[in-house]
Amino acid sequence: MERRTIFPGRLLPAALVAPQLLLTVVFFVWPALHACWMSLHSEDPFGLASVFVGFDNYAALFGDPLYIATVARTIVFCFAVASISMLVALPLAVFADADIRGRAVYRTLLIWPYAVAPALAAVLWILLVHPQIGLLGRPLDRLLSLAGGHWDYKLNGGQALLVVVLASAWKQVSYNFIFLLAGLQSIPRAVIEAAQVDGARGWRRFRTILLPLLSPTLFFLLIVNLVYAAFDTFGTIQAMTQGGPAQATQTLVVKVFRDGHDNGDLGSSSAQSVVLMLGVIALTAAQFRFLGRQRH
Amino acid sequence: MARLELDGLRKSFGATHVLHGVDLSVGDGEMLVIVGASGCGKSTLLRLVAGLDAPTSGRVKLDGNDITRLDPSERDMAMVFQNYALYPHMSVFDNMAYGLRIRGMSKGEIGRRVGEAASLLGLEASTLDRKPRQLSGGQRQRVAMGRAIVREPKLFLFDEPLSNLDAKLRVQMRAEIRKLQRRLGVTSLYVTHDQVEAMTLGDRLLVMHEGRPAQLATPLEVFERPADRYVAGFIGAPSMNFLDGELTGDGAAVCLKAGCALALPFRLTAGEKSVTVGIRPEYVETGRGDLRMQVDLVEPLGSETVVHGRLIGTDEDLVARIPGAVPSGEVMKLALPPQHLHLFERKSGRRILPSQPSASSDG
Repeated sequence: MERRTIFPGRLLPAALVAPQLLLTVVFFVWPALHACWMSLHSEDPFGLASVFVGFDNYAALFGDPLYIATVARTIVFCFAVASISMLVALPLAVFADADIRGRAVYRTLLIWPYAVAPALAAVLWILLVHPQIGLLGRPLDRLLSLAGGHWDYKLNGGQALLVVVLASAWKQVSYNFIFLLAGLQSIPRAVIEAAQVDGARGWRRFRTILLPLLSPTLFFLLIVNLVYAAFDTFGTIQAMTQGGPAQATQTLVVKVFRDGHDNGDLGSSSAQSVVLMLGVIALTAAQFRFLGRQRH
Repeated sequence: MARLELDGLRKSFGATHVLHGVDLSVGDGEMLVIVGASGCGKSTLLRLVAGLDAPTSGRVKLDGNDITRLDPSERDMAMVFQNYALYPHMSVFDNMAYGLRIRGMSKGEIGRRVGEAASLLGLEASTLDRKPRQLSGGQRQRVAMGRAIVREPKLFLFDEPLSNLDAKLRVQMRAEIRKLQRRLGVTSLYVTHDQVEAMTLGDRLLVMHEGRPAQLATPLEVFERPADRYVAGFIGAPSMNFLDGELTGDGAAVCLKAGCALALPFRLTAGEKSVTVGIRPEYVETGRGDLRMQVDLVEPLGSETVVHGRLIGTDEDLVARIPGAVPSGEVMKLALPPQHLHLFERKSGRRILPSQPSASSDG
């Protein structure tokens, strides 16, 4: 079934892949190698002197309880973002797949948040949850004060984490929605109709037919969402909380930025980048293996 | 095992009318084949009966109960789909057991029914653990049948179940479906575009044409007394020949463009004088007669020969099926035996000559 084009000679195919390879090398391979190199060195904050220190940066990292706490926080953050955004997107996709009036409008509206820049999304969420002026923040504060508490995500670490999780998940709902809708529509209508004629209704049909047939899409999205939460949420977090209060919303990428950019510890920051990179490689490899096996 | 009744069933998609009102009654244990060209509304009709589409108007009744508004899951019917629509993530056993589990049947009973269906269909026990993608086309077809059989439903619905099989397997499965349906005695609706399937499978045929029932009758009756020109041309291969003709004043003969007068077995005095004369290729006699045909193409099929040509003096084409080998010559003499003629009103296409079963005036 695979369609292959055979080029005569080598020059043309080489010229065709060259731009892509060049981009990859300049923007990915070279910086990655550079990060590996720097992670083995200790550099002064002004980049004037550099000493080879072997794996000292890594050893220091894994001996640092703050780093371990950041790893744990990141894992919690990633799974929270991934599961919330997928759990919200799934029913939306199921409804959009149904024959309902005005579904074109409905679908288009659901895709909009994806086009909002992370920093802008963060500003929107700040306006929503701000304790004094927020549309949600003010009533929430009043509600919590009944129980003797307060709503202030700028002071309360738990609340801050909840807010960045919700903001990050919200941004990803559109993406998940598109893929889940496509996944649902690629399930042959006749299979669903066969289940209908067999007597399956509502929730049961969803659980025994749609969900299993959607599972490759769900797994793909889980990986993509984990990677998104681990990396692409930097803009949202930086704009909302800068990792605070007291590192309560500091994930691994935020820490990489904080340590390398703000604190000038390029060696440790590079080592953290390399660890993150290995994490993504592992996730992607798992995904390829799994998707390679999943063929109905 | 049930009686199915359709009462003025109509279906429109927006301004497009797909079904223009179908009345139908299918008896207990009967196999009714719905046949027609693509786009005639036959599949839509089946989907309305299954409840997968809602009719614009009209009623579906099963054993006298109005089920028009019931969900497909509540209708107690089983359907075999054209592409089988097996559940790809389930084993063969689970595919067949699915509908039974939904009905809350006991494990033992499910195992017994699936086992019975599998052996009835010649599915080996080893295939029960496989996934549909590991099966051949023929096996998938059997599993789809099995899924319908185990349910022991009131009604079987077949939507072109054989059209994805290769020719040899199709003939084999056709015979098996017929035997199975007779044996189980389940009332069945079978949709197909294949006239051979229709003729061999059906107790009765419903020939559909542009969303209307053109004829409802036994296969032989449809063949021998087609209700109109469309049915006459649709059933039978090669198709029936049609020639324009005019009834003579006394209604005892027809004049063709080719000039000669065909004497009719009896007088036709009333009605339209402009007619279409139909004759099946196998009844065209060659080597004698007053008509002359210019031969264009000869197709030897071994036991018989199909000759395509043009009637000399006209622009009308004619096909003849002649037993045996190729007769020689560029021009062929033809005769059209009057007892095998079908007459249709030219304008409406309706049949006007009551058929003469071939035995009546032969010899």
